[in-house]
Amino acid sequence: MARTIRKVTDLPGFRGFTWLFFAYLYAPLVLLVVFSFNATRSGTVWSGFSLTWYAKIAADSQIQRAALNSLTVAVCATAIATVVATAAALAMKRGVPFFGKKVTGGLIMTPLVVPEIVTAVATLLLFSAIGLSLGLGNIILAHVAFCIPFAYLPIRARLERMDESIELAARDLYATPWQTLRTVTLPLLAPGIVSGALLALITSIDDFIITMMVAEPGATTLPLYIYGMLRLGVSPEINAISTILLAVSVMVVTLSHLLTRRR
Amino acid sequence: MPQAVEIIDVVKKYGSFTALHNVTLDIRPNEFFTLLGPSGCGKTTLLRIIAGFEDITGGTLKLFGNDITALPPDRRPINTVFQHYSLFPHMTVAENVAFGLRRLKMPDAEITRRVAEMLEMIKLSSHAGRRPHQLSGGQQQRVALARALAPRPKVLLLDEPLSALDLKLRQAMRMELKTLQQQTGVTFIFVTHDQEEALAMSDRIAVLSEGRVQQIDAPQVIYEHPATRFVADFIGDANFLTAGVEQLEDGRAHCALPGGYRLIARDAGAARPGQRVSLFLRPEKLSVHDGPVEDGIGMTVRTIVYQGDATDYVVELDGGITLRSRCENRINGDPILTAGERGFLRIAPDAAKTLLD
Amino acid sequence: MTPHRATLLGIAPTLLIIGVLMVVPMIIMAAYSLMEASSFGGVLPHFSAEAYIKLLFDRDLDDSLAFDPSYMIILWRSLRIAGLATLITLCVGFPVAYFIATRPPEQRTLLIFLITIPFWTNLLIRTYSWVLILRDTGLINTVLQAGGLTDQPVKLLYTEGAILFGLVYTYAPFMVLPLYTSLEKLDFRLVEAARDLYCGPWGALRHVVLPLVKPGLVAGSILVFVPCLGAFVAPDLLGGGKELMISTLIQLQFTSSRNWPFGAALALVLLALVMLTLTVSAVRQARATAEGGH
Repeated sequence: MARTIRKVTDLPGFRGFTWLFFAYLYAPLVLLVVFSFNATRSGTVWSGFSLTWYAKIAADSQIQRAALNSLTVAVCATAIATVVATAAALAMKRGVPFFGKKVTGGLIMTPLVVPEIVTAVATLLLFSAIGLSLGLGNIILAHVAFCIPFAYLPIRARLERMDESIELAARDLYATPWQTLRTVTLPLLAPGIVSGALLALITSIDDFIITMMVAEPGATTLPLYIYGMLRLGVSPEINAISTILLAVSVMVVTLSHLLTRRR
Repeated sequence: MPQAVEIIDVVKKYGSFTALHNVTLDIRPNEFFTLLGPSGCGKTTLLRIIAGFEDITGGTLKLFGNDITALPPDRRPINTVFQHYSLFPHMTVAENVAFGLRRLKMPDAEITRRVAEMLEMIKLSSHAGRRPHQLSGGQQQRVALARALAPRPKVLLLDEPLSALDLKLRQAMRMELKTLQQQTGVTFIFVTHDQEEALAMSDRIAVLSEGRVQQIDAPQVIYEHPATRFVADFIGDANFLTAGVEQLEDGRAHCALPGGYRLIARDAGAARPGQRVSLFLRPEKLSVHDGPVEDGIGMTVRTIVYQGDATDYVVELDGGITLRSRCENRINGDPILTAGERGFLRIAPDAAKTLLD
Repeated sequence: MTPHRATLLGIAPTLLIIGVLMVVPMIIMAAYSLMEASSFGGVLPHFSAEAYIKLLFDRDLDDSLAFDPSYMIILWRSLRIAGLATLITLCVGFPVAYFIATRPPEQRTLLIFLITIPFWTNLLIRTYSWVLILRDTGLINTVLQAGGLTDQPVKLLYTEGAILFGLVYTYAPFMVLPLYTSLEKLDFRLVEAARDLYCGPWGALRHVVLPLVKPGLVAGSILVFVPCLGAFVAPDLLGGGKELMISTLIQLQFTSSRNWPFGAALALVLLALVMLTLTVSAVRQARATAEGGH
């Protein structure tokens, strides 16, 4: 029946408008990808397929260093944020009530609420005040903070959907709380954890503003490098890097999406 | 005077699935008409087509002689009482009732008057300022009714409006709905899967199955003279037996049953001698007796089920046939016979009816 | 280990990290905003309200204060652009969210997924892709000139319009998702009821759908307004850094201008604006819930 209820609820023009919106959403990205394979420098005139620009970035050691830095930061920040967020989600959803629980829930979300530029400035001031200078370490620390809510949300959502009676069944069958956590809760939670980790990973790899403010000279990540190139003007190498980053993002998000959807 | 609603050769398909096969039926003015059938029979689809929520694959729809096939719901002078009431949660009871009147651009004074009248009718005048979620299920039901009747539609559609209520309330509402229909004189088209409801309220019933109309008749006719095996089975309880027709006489069939029994069945219709037919018997037309009676058949009681006002007996005739009988209880409520006891079964004259499959 | 202790142990690392990396820095930032700027960057450790005075006044050579609206203009521009961007995303996002919410379930999941994909791609890249389209030798101008509609390239890039375009592009998913969530929960049988009671398609939208999805409209607007107010990339890449918005101004205080206390004060102003928006909407939401009970 569901499909037919729609008839009366359809509004004229909304279908066409939605397809236009999707065109608006995807056209720039498609353009970017297409011209990353262009034979000449032009971003508007197609002059034949070529992998020139990919070859160029493959030979560019600076880009590779930046990519490696990005990956190092993202993996470290994600690992820490995911572990910490999993523990927090378990405490919030399966733990006992504690003093300040509501405030804690709000605090976890602060990195999502506070404008990035403010977080960036505040973090910079903290690092300079205590004289922290750990190279990539500074960036990793800053990333951990804003990765936590991205990891936390899917894990919490999964916990909320999980039937708590399964865990009670384990307790009923003589499992200790720790055994229940290890053999029942965590395995069931795994898709949520992986999904959270993937989202944190993407957020870290993509971050620009906070990284820009806290990065020390030499600690250049990929977005910083791209920004530097953009300042110098449009170039097809940016298209090529962008396409690769785009592909990585789409792959990771699709993976995360499929994991959350599976029961 | 034209019919209130004429449904002419209406077909509804969803992709390759046909929900309605060439349905044709007329609904008379001022009639309480019921569409009855199991879930998935197409009754709700038909109602939604009349309301204008669904377009049709083929056929014509007329309202008092005018073709309304292509009109959207807001241009049809037909209102609906929805199964789950669908009251607007952000409006008060009075605003809900006034909704249709405002869209029809009635003068404010007229709206106020009519809303008051409607609330009076459903005895909820004191709740005019409440929101739907502050009302009980029965009250919401009545508001939905008032909201749909306020614009004085030519036809009122009711989509299983009682199904969400509990039993007691449901029975009370049956009476109320029937009275309301008689008072207002509006044509009611009522959809239900509850045969009791249909029998109690309707002037006429259309029984639907798998997108086809099985029978359209008054409740007594539907109950006593079901046109098809489906109708006989769906409405009330029934025993079905397979028999061979031996001879015909005055529209009655003399039938032979397994075990050497003979039975005269009415409504022989197109049956021919030598043909095998289904016989249909209502359990309440079979009575069990603890002593010999005229035309009594020897049997053994297998199971009894106490029903309060009556008791159901499953009995096995000596010839091997199993039948169900329903008998009113004796004054002290004790069963006539208990399981395992022997007794006699009497089949009322004209109880059996022939059914051609 | 008691359940209470286990709970606290679970939450402790998160609280520690957020506390040290979000809360403490805010306090330091507040403190820095009340100190004197060092001309080499950083601060001199004594109290000064200079950063806040600078928001409104210009100090002349003779140390007298003259009202200077230039920073207020930047603040106003940020508010205006963020407000406009929110309004446009609302108008663009609603039909899309409505259309998706009225599809069969399998299609809905796919369409919503397609909406989120660009959100997860790099912000710089997404904004840069518009540079490719809007610049003088970009797609639009090439097409316009090839079609003979114009001889000179139309100036599209480095305008306020370009910033708006980029912001709407970036944050439209933020609007569509909460709107979709509200619309998906909406009982569309109510729309049928409205149509049954003589509403046309737009009447049903106005009288039934919009009032019922108002929480989604508000949530989406806030989700768009807040990041637009603090947007850095779009004004920087598409506005060319000429039409300053507050985030660029903040960033400048830590790079070329080297006025950390002023930067900190500006950041606090931005934070205060964001918090104000969130609080007002939260209070209104709470009041609406208390009244409507729905």
